[in-house]
Amino acid sequence: MSEKEIKNLEAIFEQRIANEEKIEPKDWMPEKYRQTHIRQISQHAHSEVVGMLPEGNWVTRAPSLRRKAALLAKIQDEAGHGLYLYSACETLGISRDELYDQLHSGKAKYSSIFNYPTLTWADIGAIGWLVDGAAIINQVPLCNTSFGPYARAMVRVCKEESFHQRQGYEIMLTLCKGTPEQKAMAQDALNRWWWPSLMMFGPTDAESVHTEQSMKWKLKRKTNDELRQQFIDQTVPQADILGITVPDPDLKWNEERGHYDFGEINWDEFWQVVKGQGPCNRERMKARVSAWERGEWVRDAALAYAEKNAKKNIKKAM
Amino acid sequence: MKKEWPLWEVFVRSKNGLEHRHFGSLHAADAEMALANARDVYTRRNEGVSIWVVESSNITASQPENNPEFFEPAKDKVYRHPTFYDLPDEVKHM
Ligand SMILES: [Fe+2]
Ligand SMILES: [Fe+2]
Repeated sequence: MSEKEIKNLEAIFEQRIANEEKIEPKDWMPEKYRQTHIRQISQHAHSEVVGMLPEGNWVTRAPSLRRKAALLAKIQDEAGHGLYLYSACETLGISRDELYDQLHSGKAKYSSIFNYPTLTWADIGAIGWLVDGAAIINQVPLCNTSFGPYARAMVRVCKEESFHQRQGYEIMLTLCKGTPEQKAMAQDALNRWWWPSLMMFGPTDAESVHTEQSMKWKLKRKTNDELRQQFIDQTVPQADILGITVPDPDLKWNEERGHYDFGEINWDEFWQVVKGQGPCNRERMKARVSAWERGEWVRDAALAYAEKNAKKNIKKAM
Repeated sequence: MKKEWPLWEVFVRSKNGLEHRHFGSLHAADAEMALANARDVYTRRNEGVSIWVVESSNITASQPENNPEFFEPAKDKVYRHPTFYDLPDEVKHM
């Protein structure tokens, strides 16, 4: 194809998206659209999968059967989210094995929030409340994104997320109504998860490189800063109901703006964790790689069994 | 051995009276495993009463780049639609 023909196709393509048309896997698309979507959808899938690890830490120590069943169900949902998203990503012409390889080799990123440790049971409450809460705000606009398989996966994901947040908040609520020690545990979890949760929305708009293109392709509808503000505005009153304090001395309702003002985010910490220096980066990757490697014989055996059965069936038919 | 499990397309009937609809895809070693995985991945909340799995490589799909010659023949056949026919307003129930 000549450069002029490609330019022409690109113009038609952008117009289709502007007209709210969806793009499906076999449609012609600019290479950059394909690559950007592979990157974003796979990052998203990896985050769902790695996100199971900090929570898995507490499955055997959940304080009651009710909590344990709920936590297991939530973790299973996250595995499902990962699978929906990997499938959507594979429609763009990349294999599952390549995607795993990108994660395991460190080439692909996942959400930095999962590089923080879960030190107490209250962390499971804080994760559901704050981390899933922030994820919902990031994800809801994606139900309308331009790439059909991604949008459809997100509709399913969003339907399932609200239970995650509610079970987390209920854990916090129970702790906050409990003994002083339990309430202190909830406060400590909020102290440690608040700032990393705010970082989940990504760098400030001034620093964010992808925003304009992402807006056009409807990978984004609002900017990082707008989403972060929305999260703060809706979460602070929830902390008030719990009776615990958001760890930000500069947090104050601004009547004029109709929003909360908040303090400076420690972006050095954010970049440190993104670049692999978070408290658990190495541990998370070690757990993933080990699960993958130790599962290899199972994958191979299942395939060998399937092939043997297929041969048997052919013989029977003859 | 370094081989991926094949890809399967999953179709789910949400309730009797409705058709099976494409829900997504997954990897599995064989049909039986594909069915079990489809149940776990796509119907954790009673989303279905029946599941079909089809190995993706068995699906033949039309190609979007052929859409003009493939679908356009239907476009100029307006006489396939009821509004093509002029009838006086007095004619009722038609
Ligand atoms: Fe999720
Ligand atoms: Fe979740």
